[in-house]
Amino acid sequence: MNIFIILGMGAAVGFLSGMFGVGGGFLITPLLIFYNIPPIVAVATGANQVVASSISGAITHFRRGSLDIKLGTVLLVGGLLGATAGIWLFALLRRVGQLDLVISLLYVLLLSVVGVLMLFESVRALRRAAKNEPVNLRKPGHHNWVHGLPLKMRFKKSKIYLSVIPVVVLGFSIGILTSIMGVGGGFIMVPAMIYLLRIPTNVVVGTSLFQIIFVTAYTTVMQAATNNSVDIVLAFILMVAGVIGAQYGVRVGQRLRGEQLRALLAMLVLAVGMRLAVDLVLTPEEIYSIVSEGVRR
Amino acid sequence: MRTLLRAILAVFVLATAAPAGAQEDRRPEIGERLEIGMSTDEIAIASDFRGADLTIFGAIEGYDPDLLAQAKYDIVVALEGPKDNQTVRRKERVLGIWVNRHSMTFELAPESYSLSSTRDVDDIAPVAVLNSIGVGLQHIRLDPVGFFGDGSNVSEFRTAFRRLKETGGYFQRHPGGVQFISASLFKATVRLPANVPNGTHVVRAQLFRDGVFISEKAMPLRVVKTGLEQMISNAAFNNPVSYGVLSVILAVLTGWIASVVFRRD
Repeated sequence: MNIFIILGMGAAVGFLSGMFGVGGGFLITPLLIFYNIPPIVAVATGANQVVASSISGAITHFRRGSLDIKLGTVLLVGGLLGATAGIWLFALLRRVGQLDLVISLLYVLLLSVVGVLMLFESVRALRRAAKNEPVNLRKPGHHNWVHGLPLKMRFKKSKIYLSVIPVVVLGFSIGILTSIMGVGGGFIMVPAMIYLLRIPTNVVVGTSLFQIIFVTAYTTVMQAATNNSVDIVLAFILMVAGVIGAQYGVRVGQRLRGEQLRALLAMLVLAVGMRLAVDLVLTPEEIYSIVSEGVRR
Repeated sequence: MRTLLRAILAVFVLATAAPAGAQEDRRPEIGERLEIGMSTDEIAIASDFRGADLTIFGAIEGYDPDLLAQAKYDIVVALEGPKDNQTVRRKERVLGIWVNRHSMTFELAPESYSLSSTRDVDDIAPVAVLNSIGVGLQHIRLDPVGFFGDGSNVSEFRTAFRRLKETGGYFQRHPGGVQFISASLFKATVRLPANVPNGTHVVRAQLFRDGVFISEKAMPLRVVKTGLEQMISNAAFNNPVSYGVLSVILAVLTGWIASVVFRRD
């Protein structure tokens, strides 16, 4: 393992995450896998790294009060349950020898979907900008099927009256993703909160960070406890490089046009997904592998 | 209960095997014995370890000078790594994707095995003898866990296991690594691979006379990895919860310090 490559990786992903305001877990983990770090370590270490890259944003939103703690807590309950289920599933998959495959498949799926959606979104935004049309994110008063569900609760800060079912389900799904893929999940949670739950955009990022911090922290501890798969040194190198890279990313991101950058990130995401897909299909050099069970006597 | 059963089984096997052995080979009138010695029973390995040679000295006691002069004695010295259940998996193409399909677990197989001998082990004794005492890369005991109906693919998985271990440097052999330095005194050079597993290894020496296994001597050797890397790894395995909590605290501190240092006011 070359420390400079890891530093470069962390800095590059940190730069991108600062520029686009994403956690970067969904890039760190595949890059580590490409660098022949065992997927089990890449995932657990990725979750640990997300804690560091999300904390400063979380502190800022907490100070400003731009988050809905009640909503965040409901999300978090779902998230912790999801992470617990995910860790259990992770250990099970590891036992039967299918963990690496499932991690790769999930990444291929996730990165292709996110990449394609982002690409479409940025192309549409570019066209809109060309025609000078206004951007319309939230349509107030416009309800969808989610708002017909029972068990409603009032979230004062968000000024909405919403069923807890979709919130817990969303948190739960993100928790599973965090534990199996080592991602914070903000890039799914934020759009889901805006478009599906119709939560005001001013509290969305803060609230999702609130959930991410606790779920990734919980996942890190659980991964360490059940799979001994957190590499604290690797994580620390990535974190230090990542937080520094992120500072420059933020500065550059403020100066550049968003849509073109987003289209570039979308293509990068797609490329990473493609590479993982190719690795699954190509005939491997070695079709046998050995795993010690750790029952040493 | 299980150990009791095993003990009974072992006694039974011994009882049935002993007379057969006595009939077959002319039992030695002189009982040759092996003595081996090492300067240490513990080796500390730093993180920059790139492999090393371990020298073991030994002597044949009660030998027959005529047979010794005719070079009828052979010695095999092996450094066996810690034993663990090890699973070999084989990938197969399913719907275009390579997936682990079949697997076989070998019960308590050594993680590493480094062999040194007076000459190629297959020239020293017949295959049946080597298999029965588990000496030689091709003859190490690899018993699959569970029941395998026809047993047809056992050999395939065994071959893959040995090949992977050899290419990974875990299994090594050094024919000619045991040399006589005087009449009955010998020196064996056993290679410690760069990725030698942590734990208790066993140095096992066997004496053969004209293709017949005579006696064995074994000594434990503890391999202890040192340095920061190993300390961290030990913490991860011995105190996993505190290790996880520490990882989180480190992440929180790193993120928080960065936000303070880079604060733009």
